[in-house]
Amino acid sequence: MPTLTYRQALNEAFAEEIERDENVFLMGEEVAQYDGAYKVTQGLWKRYGDYRVIDAPISEAGFIGLGIGASMLGLRPVMELMFWSFAYVAFDQLINNAGMIRYMSGGLIHCPIVIRGPANGGTSVGATHSHTPENFIANTPGLKVCCPATAADAKGLMKTAIRDNDPVYVMENTLLYGDTGEVPEGEHLVPLGVADVKREGSDITFVAHGRAVITSLAAAEQLEAEDGTLAEVVDLRSIRPLDVDTVLASVRKTNRVVLVEENKPFCGVAAQLASIIQLEAFDHLDAPVQRVSAIDAPAIYSPPLEAMQLPRPADLVAAARKIL
Amino acid sequence: MTNRELADESHATDPINAALTADEKVGLFRDMVRIRRFEQTSLSMYQKGKIGGFLHLYIGQESLAIGAVSLMGEHDHVITAYRDHGHALAVGMSMNECMAELYGKATGCSKGKGGSMHYFAPDKNFWGGHGIVAGQTPLGAGLAFALKYRKLKGAVLCFLGDGAINQGAFHEALNLASLWDLPVIYIIENNGYSMGTSQLRSSAHPQGGLAQRAEGYGIAWDTFSGSDVYTMRARTWKAIERAHEESRPTILEVLTYRHQGHSVADSKHKDGYRTKEEIEAQKAQNDPIVRFRNLLMEEGVLDEETAKNIQAEAKFEVDQAVKFAEESPFPDASAITEDVYYEVDKQTESGRTGRHFFN
Repeated sequence: MPTLTYRQALNEAFAEEIERDENVFLMGEEVAQYDGAYKVTQGLWKRYGDYRVIDAPISEAGFIGLGIGASMLGLRPVMELMFWSFAYVAFDQLINNAGMIRYMSGGLIHCPIVIRGPANGGTSVGATHSHTPENFIANTPGLKVCCPATAADAKGLMKTAIRDNDPVYVMENTLLYGDTGEVPEGEHLVPLGVADVKREGSDITFVAHGRAVITSLAAAEQLEAEDGTLAEVVDLRSIRPLDVDTVLASVRKTNRVVLVEENKPFCGVAAQLASIIQLEAFDHLDAPVQRVSAIDAPAIYSPPLEAMQLPRPADLVAAARKIL
Repeated sequence: MTNRELADESHATDPINAALTADEKVGLFRDMVRIRRFEQTSLSMYQKGKIGGFLHLYIGQESLAIGAVSLMGEHDHVITAYRDHGHALAVGMSMNECMAELYGKATGCSKGKGGSMHYFAPDKNFWGGHGIVAGQTPLGAGLAFALKYRKLKGAVLCFLGDGAINQGAFHEALNLASLWDLPVIYIIENNGYSMGTSQLRSSAHPQGGLAQRAEGYGIAWDTFSGSDVYTMRARTWKAIERAHEESRPTILEVLTYRHQGHSVADSKHKDGYRTKEEIEAQKAQNDPIVRFRNLLMEEGVLDEETAKNIQAEAKFEVDQAVKFAEESPFPDASAITEDVYYEVDKQTESGRTGRHFFN
């Protein structure tokens, strides 16, 4: 299996889908001639030209709305937000138009669009550029959202998202773009709504998505090395649809769970998970459900403090030890 | 109201109108009458408590939707804001499905899920029906982008109200439309008021009017009074030709007047933000149906009896629509979670994978 960076894996997904379906095109700020602000679309404009890889002006409400309109007529736009934080100036388009049109038309219209880009803190760019709105999107019936943590999942989820007939919002992570991983050769699709057990264990479960999966794996290593505790790591991959079964199966096996996310705690993804777990696996819990989230304040700039604000392996280890 | 009075200019003999047969002319009249009658009955049903939420009536503006939509060909599309009943009937949606939608019934055009502001008929190239002011304007650019991407010769008629022109999304759409040579026509239905705020109190603009803002984007524009359906057709046709032949956008500002309030909620504000005298004067001088009726009678195309019959037929049609809506069932409770996700509705593998709903 070839080893690719997360960035290269996404790039391959775009190239393959552009070649597979003439309705697929990429659009966003700096995606074409500049090769992508984070080089995720590197080389694609040179290969596929202006027709398929299109630079948009800094005008998110305009070009995101344009993509949604084009998808109503059957095109499959793959729209880049340089940061998901910039989605906030396009929220009417993202929520009301892409999210509601199918419903309000009684199913007459659908929007096969992908909106993607990085959504993460941890890069010292201040609060306005560090938002992680997967919970907002998951709170909107009509929309789907996924947060790949590895190169293989980034490619497989992206290809699936492009082929899906509903709006799928893919949240990447600038801190993961350079991470490498093995990516299966040939047609590689990862379905939405299927979690992945990234590490098997019998004593406690970490449930996470996005970069928090990587943090969870590090914490699991530490717990095994220091305590002999075997932690399982469930990577949700997709937030909505959600693979509840895999989460519950792990909880039933380990009887202890720590929910981890880089988002803020209030109404976060973990809040929904905690509700489901207590309702559907109450008798299997040997301890209260634990949560580790970002410290509940806007993302701080100061680099050492920002590193503290996001969940670190030590925070997860401490949360796990409380219930072991 | 606006600070401009535009001189009427006859377009009856313009080729696009001269080409109309007598039957087609009477058809335009009939279509306007049908909208008027539908709206009058909608108001009365609203007042009887049959209809929920908002109701934005198109009475007084009929010539705009009818004139523009009558020009549409196979690859021309239309999208509008929340005052959408006129456009819906103009593209050929039935009164039954439109009235049933107001009633929130399962037989409504959106199965009772959209209501008054959210009518759609993609099979008739009609893409809504949008509730958020100017939210549809980037979508209009996107439909035009898709036409161009597919190399189809078409145009998108994207209607908006004068209250929408100060929204950022509209300006972003204009920039993209010009930058990328999109065949989209933004038709500002300027009825003088964004809800209760007059255009004078809401919109700064060059001397030529709202549409002249187009010059900042290098977009062609035109401004005219739209109460004469011939004028609406002739001036809109120029923009459609520009879209078809040059793939260039246009902004049209069409002066019109709504006889009713912004919605039924402000129907009693007649001496508030606008005067009774103004409303009565507009009704007397600029009613598009009265104007076209008189024109057609002068032309000898329409007589009293036919006009009366058309009125009676429209009344019968809407009465039947009310009956249809009354007798139609409300959607089943299970419908609440249908039409949310395409993949779930179609029971595809994607739709069967993972949990999509969380009750």
